[in-house]
Amino acid sequence: MNRASDVGEPVLGAAAPAETRLLRREVVLPLFALVLLAFVPIVGSAFYTEVVTRVMILAIFALSLDLLVGYTGLVSFGHAAFFGIGAYAYALLSPKNEAASLWLTLPAAIGAAAIAAALVGVFVLRTRGIYFIMVTLAFAQMFYFVFHDTDFGRGSDGITVNFKPDLKLGDITLIDLGNSNQFFYFVLAMLVAAFLFLRTVLASPLGRALHGIKVNEHRMLSLGYHVFGYKLASFTIAGTLAGFAGYLSAVQSGFANPEILSWHQSGNVLLMIILGGTGTLYGAIGGAFVFALLEQVFEALTVHWQLLLGLTIILLVLFLPGGLSEFVARVIRKPVREHADDE
Amino acid sequence: MTNDAVLHTEGLTRRFGGLVANNNIAIQIHRGQLHAVLGPNGAGKSTMINLLSGDLRPSTGHIFFDGQDISGFSADRRSRMGIGRSYQKTNIFPTFTVFENCRLAAQSREPHPARIFSNALSYRTVCEAAERAIELAGLAHRAQRHANTLSHGEQRQLEVAMVLATSPNVLLLDEPLAGMGAEESARMVELLQRITPDHGILLVEHDMDAVFAVAKVVTVMVNGEVLESGSPEQIRGSAQVQVAYLGAEDEHHG
Repeated sequence: MNRASDVGEPVLGAAAPAETRLLRREVVLPLFALVLLAFVPIVGSAFYTEVVTRVMILAIFALSLDLLVGYTGLVSFGHAAFFGIGAYAYALLSPKNEAASLWLTLPAAIGAAAIAAALVGVFVLRTRGIYFIMVTLAFAQMFYFVFHDTDFGRGSDGITVNFKPDLKLGDITLIDLGNSNQFFYFVLAMLVAAFLFLRTVLASPLGRALHGIKVNEHRMLSLGYHVFGYKLASFTIAGTLAGFAGYLSAVQSGFANPEILSWHQSGNVLLMIILGGTGTLYGAIGGAFVFALLEQVFEALTVHWQLLLGLTIILLVLFLPGGLSEFVARVIRKPVREHADDE
Repeated sequence: MTNDAVLHTEGLTRRFGGLVANNNIAIQIHRGQLHAVLGPNGAGKSTMINLLSGDLRPSTGHIFFDGQDISGFSADRRSRMGIGRSYQKTNIFPTFTVFENCRLAAQSREPHPARIFSNALSYRTVCEAAERAIELAGLAHRAQRHANTLSHGEQRQLEVAMVLATSPNVLLLDEPLAGMGAEESARMVELLQRITPDHGILLVEHDMDAVFAVAKVVTVMVNGEVLESGSPEQIRGSAQVQVAYLGAEDEHHG
């Protein structure tokens, strides 16, 4: 977590005991959650293993959006476009009658999402605030209709993939992605990797600059930063990671259809990070799980579950504007996260 | 026109609708020289700084930096060329520590955006530049505090520290002393004197004592125009300035 108290630590040298304790909590809590997750396929049914796998994929998707919203200050309402492009790239590249190679399809999917994000970014990043929200939505809708209304994307039914991709080294299958338990652990490892990747990026000069742009874009310009280039880098990294999540999603479900890049999907992932709290990374993961949980619970209660979900989110935003991560932070008595007052 | 000034303008004009905020300004900033700009509120001093820094574009006229016409250059590009500015209204990263504010400022000189797997704190020269700027501005004891917990005066010091951290050749300082206590003001005046030999400095300031203590050249602006420019003694002695500005000031103080 990129708390401000981490910022500039080496100058002071040794951390105070209280900070060490906090640090330990920051490490212990996620590790505990990780161990709990690792037990899901062992104790849970196949159904729950698959549900949790899906949620972990959404958590990677939410993480990618948190880089934009929580650390760059760019609220995108079209992030599902890149998720969808990752999924479609996989589906389009998979042969009909045999398994595709992960070594081929994954880089292709990631590359397609990266190129799309960079191109879209060049246009949308010329706007800001509410206009940015609208223009990202417009671009995502454009992609939606490209896949929905053309033969290229096989229309509203989308594309079905009959075989899971191979993950082989030579003739040896490293991981059987068709086995739901193995796929679960593969996705769990990818979620941890995505989290660690973003954490690393956020501690790099690029990440620090992005955070500066979120807090005070004008001063960043005046300090000589090429702000547009930085935003484009953020938008591209986020889009690429979203494409990766989309790829995993299509591998799991075995299809890509236009619904996965609809504005509902963009809205849902925004809700996940709002629920969990933006600008913490943990919040994005937690938000994905809580969102899925609320969905399940309310769906079981009533057909009007979306009404309950909406009400819950309104209440949460009213009483816990920093999301669940703020709640957790309060519970473990951490100082309030650094940019609770950014917006 | 040949000119050995590090930063100078020709016919610099900026209109806001019918209002001419800056009219045909010719000003020169030389290295090793502190050039102060005086003038009543609304004289166009901040507009001029905004034009020089690239926050605003001129309506007509030109700005030259080391002989190059930079009138059309963006603010970030001018900053990278070595023109640093501070703001009259404190413009910092409130939720970052003092150190991170200055480190981010210093990082702009060696940004390394592509090194996404390196830790920003591992760049020694950047961290040292930040620490030096903090030290110079007299904030060493506050380095780990969050900027939004500083007093107003300390935030003004931070404002200047951030400019220093970018190692500029030219500093455009918009009322750096406003809001500072007597002690910090004295310290800042001393700092300005210390850094003047290696920098070109444009100082907009209301504090007359400070201005006359540090300035080598003083320009007086009234209603968007340069009224008079000269040495502090000339300006003190100028009847025109007395009437337009200093006179009023003296009456005010009785």
